[in-house]
Amino acid sequence: MTDQTASQTENATPRAPFTERLGAWVPYLLVPAFLILGYVLIGSGPTWATLTLAGLAMGMMIFVMASGLTLVFGLMDILNFGHGAFISIGAFVGATVLLQATGWTGADSVLLNLGAVLPAMLAAMLVAGGLGYVFERVIVRPVYGAHLKQILVTMGGLIVAEELIRLIWGPDAIPLPRPEALTGAWVYGMVAIEKYRVYSVILGLVIFLALLWVLGRTRIGLLIRAGVENGEMVEALGYRIRLLFILVFVAGSALAGLGGVMWGLYEQIITAQMGLDVLILVFIVVIIGGLGSVQGCFIGALLVGLMANYTGYLVPKVALGSNILLMVAVLMWRPQGLLPVNKH
Amino acid sequence: MLNALLSGDLPRSRALTLILLAILIGLAFAPFLFPGTRSLNTAATICVFIVLVASYDLLLGYTGVVSFAHTMFYGIGAYGVAIVLDVWPTSWGGMVLGSLAGLAVSIALAFIIALFSLRVRAIFFAMVTLAVASAFMILASQLSGLTGGEDGLSYRVPRELGPAFKLIDTEVLGVKIDGRLLNYYLVFLASAGLVLLLLRFVNAPFGRVLQAIRENTFRAEAIGYRTVIYRTIAVCLSAGVASLAGSLMAIWLKYTGPDTTLSLTIMIDILLMLVIGGMGSIYGAVLGATLFILARNYLQNLMDIGATALGDVPLLPGLIDPDRWLLWLGVLFILSVYFFPTGIVGRLRAGR
Repeated sequence: MTDQTASQTENATPRAPFTERLGAWVPYLLVPAFLILGYVLIGSGPTWATLTLAGLAMGMMIFVMASGLTLVFGLMDILNFGHGAFISIGAFVGATVLLQATGWTGADSVLLNLGAVLPAMLAAMLVAGGLGYVFERVIVRPVYGAHLKQILVTMGGLIVAEELIRLIWGPDAIPLPRPEALTGAWVYGMVAIEKYRVYSVILGLVIFLALLWVLGRTRIGLLIRAGVENGEMVEALGYRIRLLFILVFVAGSALAGLGGVMWGLYEQIITAQMGLDVLILVFIVVIIGGLGSVQGCFIGALLVGLMANYTGYLVPKVALGSNILLMVAVLMWRPQGLLPVNKH
Repeated sequence: MLNALLSGDLPRSRALTLILLAILIGLAFAPFLFPGTRSLNTAATICVFIVLVASYDLLLGYTGVVSFAHTMFYGIGAYGVAIVLDVWPTSWGGMVLGSLAGLAVSIALAFIIALFSLRVRAIFFAMVTLAVASAFMILASQLSGLTGGEDGLSYRVPRELGPAFKLIDTEVLGVKIDGRLLNYYLVFLASAGLVLLLLRFVNAPFGRVLQAIRENTFRAEAIGYRTVIYRTIAVCLSAGVASLAGSLMAIWLKYTGPDTTLSLTIMIDILLMLVIGGMGSIYGAVLGATLFILARNYLQNLMDIGATALGDVPLLPGLIDPDRWLLWLGVLFILSVYFFPTGIVGRLRAGR
């Protein structure tokens, strides 16, 4: 009898076919596949290394900006166009701090250089986070649950924020030179490795791992993940999910501010409308990754960064539209994105 | 007669009727009431933007679809005319051909985007359209052989639409009856026709279904309407009308470039005009576009006077600097989304 039931359950759940088991892993294999494909198509090792590093650096910066947006979306179901405003404001605040400390940024000492960059990043995160708090309280709070109004109101917030930046810092673009320690490149034979890109990759990785740790290993992360899955249930269990909302919103805004500084140092020039320009890339990444998913966002950001740099070298004409093509391809294959959060 | 012309959608408010009449008379007799190149240009811009904003209203106000690709279709219409007239200058056939080609491309592209992304949720559609529109803008500036790149295209319209052409030698009410006047009336009549056409559509059963979809897609589907088909038609229709508005603008300006047709700034302007004027009513688009363009062209002068007068006070002059007018419009925009979701038209109708 027992034998029979055992064999029955075994028959009822046969091992999934290989292709299906592989399917779950495909999103994770996309980045390595991209790297290999890029190597094959480019053919030259040193060029490939340079392009890959540039792509990874770009991807990491976009990830920093996009991670906050995707969490805010997953948890609060809010599409925040105002996210672009935090990117711009972070960049301008960071630039203000850096331009104050030209003595330190120009010095030939790594410690002094970092002593200028770290406060700039912290200031950007603080100001962007603080503004995020105000933004959530004043602009977003009255429109929970109404998508159309959210899009309109946060768009309005973005317009006002851009104009305020022009009011405070003037209408012109501001050049933002990198500190000494972050300029230049290390050269190993044929391969030139630009220093700033390496730092961006390291910083991006640290933030990704920190986010994974907070979300996966801490109590707050547990609540956030539970909130993304089913907010009402978390509320019913007696947790104040509103407080969690604000916390995530502020953290997301702070990350956007940090990303703004990183992007500003990468482009070496900042403008009031840079937030809106980058926001388009951020949206593409969030769509590719699947709304609300941090891992998906990470994979999406790396794919976008690599794609932009590879196509920029191989077929420059296509490069500018390559991200759209990537998004279209991913959506054709998985309409909900690579790793969607199963909420809706 | 009037009822038939307006498709049964009367203004339903005395104040609104008066304002609309004032706008209609002002635009219909603009060359005689406000002589001068600048005011005629303002009037033509208002005509074109009324059509553009009204076509966007079909999407946002009636169907509840947020799209950021509307300027793309506007730009396709304008570039259609510009490219054809660049090759065959001053030909009527080229003008029509360019408009029709733009129309066809717009509708085809709208169909693809709609099929592709209307299956996903509203929030996805907003993001996808923003990305597609920005890619199209880059494409237009990259294909400089065809579109003139960042510089855009300058071309010649048929001689009968230029200032050199005299229809009659005598002046009427002190205004020369020249080709420029004809050009204005072409823009005005075409715009009026397109607005009446849009009114026809939104007040037909088709428009009612769109409103049902906006209010509750699930229920509309449950009643038996294929919502995807209706939304696809709405997107294509709206894109087609926007494309024609772009063609009109191209004919009027005799210049087409990325800044006048494709830029995201215009998209934001359209959004502001519609929300402040009133979503879900074609009249809202008429009001919003008129107020916005008048404000942009004349309010800035006023702000300049204010800023100069307050020159010594700290911070205030910066706040009312003419370049900061968008700041106040943004604030007004947010406030109207909260407090007057139906805009000026909704207010006027409610206060009847």
